[in-house]
Amino acid sequence: MPIARELPDVAVKLAQADRRRSSFTRLVFVVMAKDLRAELRTKEAVNASLAFAVVILVLFNFAFDLDDAATRMIIGGLLWLVFAFAGTLVLNRSFARELPNDCLDALVAAPVSGATLFLGKALANYVLVLAVELVSLPVFGILYNVWFPFGQMIIILALGTWALTVIGTVFSALTVNIRLREVMLPMLTYPMLVPALMGAMVLTAQLAAGTSIWGESATWLKVLTGFDVLYTAAALALVETVLVG
Amino acid sequence: MRDKILYGMGLAALFLLGFDIYKIANFPPEAAQGAIFKIIFFHVPAAWTAMVAAGTALVCSILFLMKKDFKYDAIAVASTEVGLAFLAVNLVTGSMWGHVIWGIWWTWDVRLTSALVCWLLYAGYLMLRHAIEEPTQRATYAAVFSIFAFLDVPVVYFSIRLFRTQHPGPVFLSSTGSFPPDWGMVLLLNWVALLLLAIVMTIVRLGHEQTQREIDYVRRMAHAL
Repeated sequence: MPIARELPDVAVKLAQADRRRSSFTRLVFVVMAKDLRAELRTKEAVNASLAFAVVILVLFNFAFDLDDAATRMIIGGLLWLVFAFAGTLVLNRSFARELPNDCLDALVAAPVSGATLFLGKALANYVLVLAVELVSLPVFGILYNVWFPFGQMIIILALGTWALTVIGTVFSALTVNIRLREVMLPMLTYPMLVPALMGAMVLTAQLAAGTSIWGESATWLKVLTGFDVLYTAAALALVETVLVG
Repeated sequence: MRDKILYGMGLAALFLLGFDIYKIANFPPEAAQGAIFKIIFFHVPAAWTAMVAAGTALVCSILFLMKKDFKYDAIAVASTEVGLAFLAVNLVTGSMWGHVIWGIWWTWDVRLTSALVCWLLYAGYLMLRHAIEEPTQRATYAAVFSIFAFLDVPVVYFSIRLFRTQHPGPVFLSSTGSFPPDWGMVLLLNWVALLLLAIVMTIVRLGHEQTQREIDYVRRMAHAL
């Protein structure tokens, strides 16, 4: 049981970090490293997410039967739908992973704030979802023959994925103990993500059409950034209530 | 006494609605759009009522998290359900207007989409409540979700000013508006009528929630025994 093996290690590290009067950042990285290590040992969420992303990409080809021009027009939407679907698989596991052996209770009882736990988990999810996206992107490029300028695409990915991760992580905590967890998470997450997904889709489509994201569509960058800041602040303020009550 | 006030408010709302409908029916058709324009007397007040309900839900959710008093949770869920009904009225009347004027029932315009997203969010709030059995956890999680959902409401309100849109510009509370003052008065009166109706519905729903809390209490006692 990797999770059971993981627990004392993390508990000791958190206690050591506390003794050294560690900074908030250090504690966040301890939680993040623990989540990443647990996932990389089993790779269950990342593998499932990646396989799911590739399957949807193939299915979209049959669903739309696109020529080159049409592909470029709807590319932003397709890509971000795949990212949102595949990302949810990773996010669903984020708190559910802690349920066996009452690991979630141990984490909540650790001498760290809810905001620390949340940020650590959100950052681990961010790395995992971003990794899935960065692997899917070349697969997408090969299958649909669309390539993006890397520098600008990475900005859209960074902002869009943080929106997906911050909302997904806080709702993953909200739904971890309830019935129909797997259905509830996407049902609550996607409507809330609409402004961010819309922004990321428009920007990606413009990039595919050869337009820079700094031009006319820069408003969407502001929307995306504003969304990230707003919901990160709300999540940090409310996560203690969700975890502790 | 509470029942008498409730019936009184309900009757006042119905009387006001009847008066407004009589006045609206006697207004001449609008020059460009004809009679269908009059749907605005219900479309806009329904949206405002839904916003007031969402605001009430937000305030009560915050108060619940601060004071842990289930009275606020009950008001939050009651006003969310009523707000959802009024937002549905807003969406349906808007869709009817769109069918006549634009020739389509629906368009993926930013403002329409935002209203639909808000509806989905608050429907999600109710589904989240149904999925949680433990009352304290249900109230806490629902309050947190309600705060998150409300952050989406300003996007609806300001989207018409922020984005280019197919939706008509605001005709009230705006320098570019061209709404006749007597029509505006009837619209405000209609809003008062809908608000009264919403308050009556919320109080009736609060009664249901009170019964639910008593059932929860009995269930907890049964578990304890």
